[in-house]
Amino acid sequence: MSTPLPAAIALARRHRLQWWEALPWAAGIAAFFLFPNYLAFGTQVLVTILFALSLDLVLGYAGIVTLGHAAFFGAGGYTVGMLAMHWGWTEPLSGLAAAALVAGAIGLLSGWVVLRTHGLTLLMLTLCTMALLEQAANMFSAWTGGFDGMPGLAFKPILGQFEFDVLYFRSQYLYALAALFTCFVVVRVLVYSPFGRSLTGIRENLLRMHAVGAPVRARQVLAYAISAALAGVAGAVFVHATGYINLAVLGLERSAGVLIILILGGHGRLYGAFVGAMVYMVLEHTLSKAYPTAWQLGLGVTLMLVALYARNGILGLGERLVHRWRVR
Amino acid sequence: MSGALLETRALCKSFGALDVARGIDFRLDAGARHALIGPNGAGKTTFVNLLTGLLQPSSGCVLLHGEDVTRLAQARRVKRGIARTFQINQLFRGLTVLENVCIAVAERMGAGGGMWRPAGRRTEVVQEAARLIESLKLDADAGRRVGELPYGRQRLVEIAIALGLNPRVLLLDEPAAGIPSAESHILLDAIAALPTDIAVLIIEHDMDLVFRFARRITVLVGGAIFADGTPEEIAANREVRAVYLGSALDA
Repeated sequence: MSTPLPAAIALARRHRLQWWEALPWAAGIAAFFLFPNYLAFGTQVLVTILFALSLDLVLGYAGIVTLGHAAFFGAGGYTVGMLAMHWGWTEPLSGLAAAALVAGAIGLLSGWVVLRTHGLTLLMLTLCTMALLEQAANMFSAWTGGFDGMPGLAFKPILGQFEFDVLYFRSQYLYALAALFTCFVVVRVLVYSPFGRSLTGIRENLLRMHAVGAPVRARQVLAYAISAALAGVAGAVFVHATGYINLAVLGLERSAGVLIILILGGHGRLYGAFVGAMVYMVLEHTLSKAYPTAWQLGLGVTLMLVALYARNGILGLGERLVHRWRVR
Repeated sequence: MSGALLETRALCKSFGALDVARGIDFRLDAGARHALIGPNGAGKTTFVNLLTGLLQPSSGCVLLHGEDVTRLAQARRVKRGIARTFQINQLFRGLTVLENVCIAVAERMGAGGGMWRPAGRRTEVVQEAARLIESLKLDADAGRRVGELPYGRQRLVEIAIALGLNPRVLLLDEPAAGIPSAESHILLDAIAALPTDIAVLIIEHDMDLVFRFARRITVLVGGAIFADGTPEEIAANREVRAVYLGSALDA
């Protein structure tokens, strides 16, 4: 065997952890100590990061554009809500597993149907999936609480030890951080695996992917189901942390919001979800305090600037700046 | 009785009123070096698309190793040994040359769906891809994104991907188009170095290349086989010269 290509060495190292990958986790733990009064908000940010991360797998890597991802967030949330409400199943960790299973199954089934299509048709069908679930949650109000949802849900302590902390949200925050970390590890392993590379291949050139003999649709459906399961976990953590659920978790607003967050942060980059959710939610939080009537204007202008001048989101802009700095 | 690797019988394809394949009977034997030529719009690419399953024929059938694969999806035919290159590059432009070839090799080895071990650590896949890249003299560009390469270099990546599938039948749709003439020998060397038992079908307009490469030539005109024979027979065929070859050969 001749000496290996430099490109092969680079490829074999690409999945290795970089020093800066510790930053978001260090920041997450630091925030726990630095902002004890903002942990409820922090928990919402963590849930949103997890939701956006699940979307990144299908949108950023597999290139499946969806406006219905809240369907799976809602499916996960309603799973733990209904289990708690009707069967007294309030143990949180098994609830997360149940939420992942249910949301994943819905993802598998709906993905199997809608991923026969592409482009705008697919976009419409993802919307329809979500609308169907939303209507179902509205109609079967004996099970779901209908429009009002299910308020005042209580869950058992995490691992039988840590009570959900209704005043300071300390255990909720750490719980959400742990769930995010676990799911992140799953997604990170996936995107660097051959499966993840083949998703990128499907995004980059569908025709070629068929022509190398890849089972394209099976891969897409599987990715869609995994992503749905992760979104389901996000929804379940949301319900565990807040103790309520209503139809808003399933709506277009949430689907569109998470899409905006991912694009703002930079899709197909793993950490775009982190940056996007942080920036979006902090902006939303501070602007709505400072300008209660006109805050959406500030958010809108920011999004327009990013869309115009940072085509690959904030992370894409950062990558370009780092690249320019290194070249000099 | 026959050693035909790939065969078509009365293959027809029409788009509405337009017949692009009209009863094509064709066979490709093991070890064939076959060229498909014909004027623009003769249906050459359509024919390749029918062979690979990108298009479904209106009637007729495609046999691979004597088995009817007419209804088989593209990916399944690839698994049975048909690989192709496209007339217009179909590559993963955002990925490096090495990754492009790795994706193909991984699929061929059945490793493309693996979810655990990182792709870059599958040494058997990466080594095989690197070997192909070296054989096509692409090693200097292995770490570059395909989209950054000159078109001619991209053409070679197209071929590396097809070879990475370890085909029994290789269909090359105008492989030399866009490759600077100074580099076309890399392509020819790569084709010459292929195992002798695999069948190669090449669509090409460069008659120089066709007559150097092919041991058999089929001329397609208006979706039907117009002539078929050895290069000498085709070159001597008056009708073929009139329809197509004329100026190309006299020049």
